[in-house]
Formats: sequence, C-alpha cells, structure tokens
Amino acid sequence: MVSAVFHNPLEAAPAARGGDKPKARDAGPAPLAATHNMTNTSTTPPAAQAAAPAMPARAPWDASFLWLAVLPPLLGLGLLALVWELVFMGTGGSIPSPKDTLLQAAQIFSDPFYSKGPNDQGVGWNVLSSLKRVAMGFGMAAVVGIPVGFMIGRFNFLSRMFNPLISLLRPVSPLAWLPIGLLVFKGANPAAIWTIFICSIWPMIINTAVGVQRVPQDYMNVARVLNLSEWKIVTKILFPAVLPYMLTGVRLAVGTAWLVIVAAEMLTGGVGIGFWVWDEWNNLNVKNIIIAIFVIGIVGLVLEFALIKLATAFTFEEVKN
Amino acid sequence: MTSFTTKYIEIQGVEQTFKTRKGPFRALQNINLTVAKGEFVALIGHSGCGKSTLLNLIAGLTTPTEGSLLCANREIAGPGPERAVVFQNHSLLPWLTCFENVYLAVERVFSATENKAQLKARTDAALAMVGLSAAAQKRPGEISGGMKQRVGIARALSMEPKVLLLDEPFGALDALTRAKLQDELLQIVATTQSTVVMVTHDVDEAVLLSDRIVMMTNGPSATIGEVLQVELPRPRSRVALAEDIRYLGYRKAVIDFLYTRQGHVEKAA
Repeated sequence: MVSAVFHNPLEAAPAARGGDKPKARDAGPAPLAATHNMTNTSTTPPAAQAAAPAMPARAPWDASFLWLAVLPPLLGLGLLALVWELVFMGTGGSIPSPKDTLLQAAQIFSDPFYSKGPNDQGVGWNVLSSLKRVAMGFGMAAVVGIPVGFMIGRFNFLSRMFNPLISLLRPVSPLAWLPIGLLVFKGANPAAIWTIFICSIWPMIINTAVGVQRVPQDYMNVARVLNLSEWKIVTKILFPAVLPYMLTGVRLAVGTAWLVIVAAEMLTGGVGIGFWVWDEWNNLNVKNIIIAIFVIGIVGLVLEFALIKLATAFTFEEVKN
Repeated sequence: MTSFTTKYIEIQGVEQTFKTRKGPFRALQNINLTVAKGEFVALIGHSGCGKSTLLNLIAGLTTPTEGSLLCANREIAGPGPERAVVFQNHSLLPWLTCFENVYLAVERVFSATENKAQLKARTDAALAMVGLSAAAQKRPGEISGGMKQRVGIARALSMEPKVLLLDEPFGALDALTRAKLQDELLQIVATTQSTVVMVTHDVDEAVLLSDRIVMMTNGPSATIGEVLQVELPRPRSRVALAEDIRYLGYRKAVIDFLYTRQGHVEKAA
C-alpha cells in the first residue's frame, strides 16, 4: 500500500497535463488505477487508456522504479557516509571525514596517470598493473583449469585421482604459495602472478568438472540416438551445456583473484593497488587508503557485473531451470 | 484393414535386470513381441511397469540382460538413427534454434550423400510437416511445450527412420494440445508409412492411434499381459470414433485390463 500512496500524486500530474476533459474523468478512478498498476506494470489500465491516450504509460512504472531501485541504494550510501562522519568525529580526526576524502579523491583522479619513478605513480597506473597481473595469472589458470576440469568431469577415473589433491590444496591460502613463487621465479612480479594462478585455478577446475558431470542424460541420449561424432558431442552438446558452469567458475576465480592481488602486492611491492595501500600507510596518508578501498571495491564490482552479464548471455532457459 | 505379416522388430525372451544397492532388480522378464513393417504398436501399463525400459531396449540405449532384439533381421547392438526416438521431455538442445536442432539430425544421416542445399531442404520439409516453418529460427525456450514436442517429432522424422520410437511423447502436454498432436501424428504416419512403437499411459491415445495395443503387467518382473488387435479402419477420426461401438469396446478392454486385473496387483504389492 505504501507504493500506492506514492503513486497517486504522480498519477495525477500527467493527467493534468493531458487537458481539462481527461482530468475531470481521471479524478475519480485515479487511486484505483494506481493500485491496479502495482500488479500489472506492463499494460496501461483500461480506464487511463480510454481517457487519455496521450498520457505516458510509463509514468507510474517510473515511480515504482524510483521507489525500489534508486531510493534504497541512495539511502544505503547515505547511511555509510553518516557512520563515517560519526567515526570521524568520534576518533577526533585520525580517520578523515567523507568531505576531505572526496576532495582528495577529486585531486587524485584529476591526474591518474602520472609517473614519477617506480614508487610514485598515479592511481590509474596502479590499478592497471594490478589488473594486468590478475589477467595474466587468471588467463593461465583458465588455460590449464578448464581443460583439466573437462577431463575430470568426463572420466570418472581422473575424477577419483584428482579429487583428493584438489581437496587438499584448495583450502590453502594462496598467499602461502607466495614464497614458493618467489623461490622458483626469483622475482616479485611472477610470484604475484603465480599466486593469482593458484587461487583462480580451483574454482575453474571444480565448476567445469561439475558442469560436465551435470550435462543432462537426455542430451547425451540424443547424441547416442543420432550417433554424433565425438567432435559434434563436444561442440554442440558438452561445451554449450557446461558454459554456464564454467562462467560461474570464472566469476568466482576473478573475485578471489581480485581479493588476493591486494594482499600479494602488499607483500611483493612494486606498482599496484595493493602496494599503493601499503605505501600510503607508510606515509600515514589515511585519505588515500580510504580512496584505495573504494577503488578496489568499484573495480571488483565492475568485474563481477561484467561477468554476470556475460554468464546470463550464455545461459539458456532450460539450463536455468 | 492392412494385415501385418512381415516381422520387422523381433523381441525374443528379453529380460532386463538392473543392479541396485539393494541387489538386482528385475524390471522385465520373458518379453516376446514382434512388430511388422508399417505397424503402429502402443505399449501401455501402469507407471513403473517397464514400458520405457522396453522402448530403451528397442532404441538400443540399453542392452538386455538376457534374450535378443532384432530389427530387420539384424541384432540391435546400440542406438542409431534408423531407430529414431521422440523423448518424453522433447530433449531439444536449448542453445540451438529449432532449425539447427533438426539440422543436426539431418546432417548426421544424409551429409555423406547430399549437399548442403539438400540438407537444408530436408530440414525445412521436416519442420513444414509438423507446421513449424514459421518458428524455425526460434530457440526451444521461446516456443510452447506442444511446439517443442513437434520439433522433437520433426527431428525424428527428418532422419527417415525405419522405426519411430515414441516415449510418452504427449504426456507432458495439456489435453487439447495432446489431441491436436495425436491427429497430426496420425496424418504423418499415414503419409510416411512408418513403423511406430509408442509408450503411453493414455487409453484413448492407444486406441485411437495404434494397430495393436500391448498391455503390460505391473512390475517388478513385468511382462506382456495381453495384446489387443485394434481393427478400426483408417483414416480414423476422433469425433466419429467417440460414439463408435467398436472403439468403446476396445477402450473398455484396455481399461478392464489396467484397472480391474492389474489394479489388484498394485494393491497387493
């Protein structure tokens, strides 16, 4: 009922614009039309349609859109700013205020791609070099993990062979592998990429294998009745059926990789968003740390969103159910 | 009424046992059945009586524990396009369009002897036969359940199979759609002269469509209880048959078998 009340003024506004005659007729059924629209947003209520054909049908829908899609997130962000402000006041200024941080952010983002030597580069360069490490480690993990996942899913023997290994190694924090990487690759950058590789590979192997194991028996029966070749089975049945699972693996892997890279860069140094956080901590520049936290969050959000969009595009109705 | 004398599918002493955790489970035993070329046979029985198991055996998707199955005097060693199956849940590949789903089957069977244009023409013809030319470029998710089932039938027929195996093809559809598809199937089978084995649990469907109704006893260890010859002239019309005294007699016979005689077994079990 809250949205019905919310509807009414907006419902009346376009009707008023529509002219004198429709206004007179709309005054009566307006509340009814508003409640009606709550349940059926795709069609215009018959009363409004007959009375004012020129009236924009989207107006009530926009109102509920505003109510549910825009207002709550804004309130959430507002709450965050409020708590932050309170913390700022409570800690006596050791945590900078939202306003100061925003001003600092404006300054930082006015020139994100400057470079004054290896230890002083713009935030843009730091994010890009972190993303580059993630892309490399993650790319290699995909190249290895997806075929391995296919094999494990297709052959029970391999599944039984590798399951104990995966169960043993998967819970290990990827950072525990960093010293091994440093030892073997003798460099900070390859060691960080190696860490990303290790943490990305498990979700991809496991999800691909599960996807292959869950290909509906019906599809395999179709393949058998049609007597399809192994190549056709892989390209026309297995791959499309496994793709949504695989993309879930990719999404989990990228999420973890983005979590891990910050920690890995804090340990290895160089250029990168994680290193930047640590560097600003050493400079006691808390504003920049908070900005970095937001940057890390936003980049992670964008990665996640892009991969969800990608996964939806390749998921077909039957698979979703 | 055509008489069916030639043996086309021969099932001899077939027994099917599944290994389960509780030990072996005998689903079918002592199945003997022959199907003539061009004959329409319905397998009917209560659920769990092994109708689908028998159909899978004819399809070659499973192999019998004992006994033998022959199709055109050759042992059925595995599934193949000459015995096309229409699955209960249509089993279309959701990432392919209707055209591509049918084309996959056409390509497999005819690509050795025909060029691409001919394969496309065959696919179009199969879709036209089930009245779905307009939906050819749609994905299965975008069409209704009845249309999906029609694509499944088009896919099976497009391979020009020697035998058409239907596993409760209309079971998941509403009554009106089912009736419409049954009529279409009657017409298609009259045109193509296919040999058909259909699993069903619908008495009217069995009497309306088939030349013979094979009634199965309740499982476990199900077998053929009775075989009913349906001697209604073709073409058959649903409306005309509704009051036909012979039709009602056949219907009564099947119902009598299923609910009076086989009904008791289920209660005892």
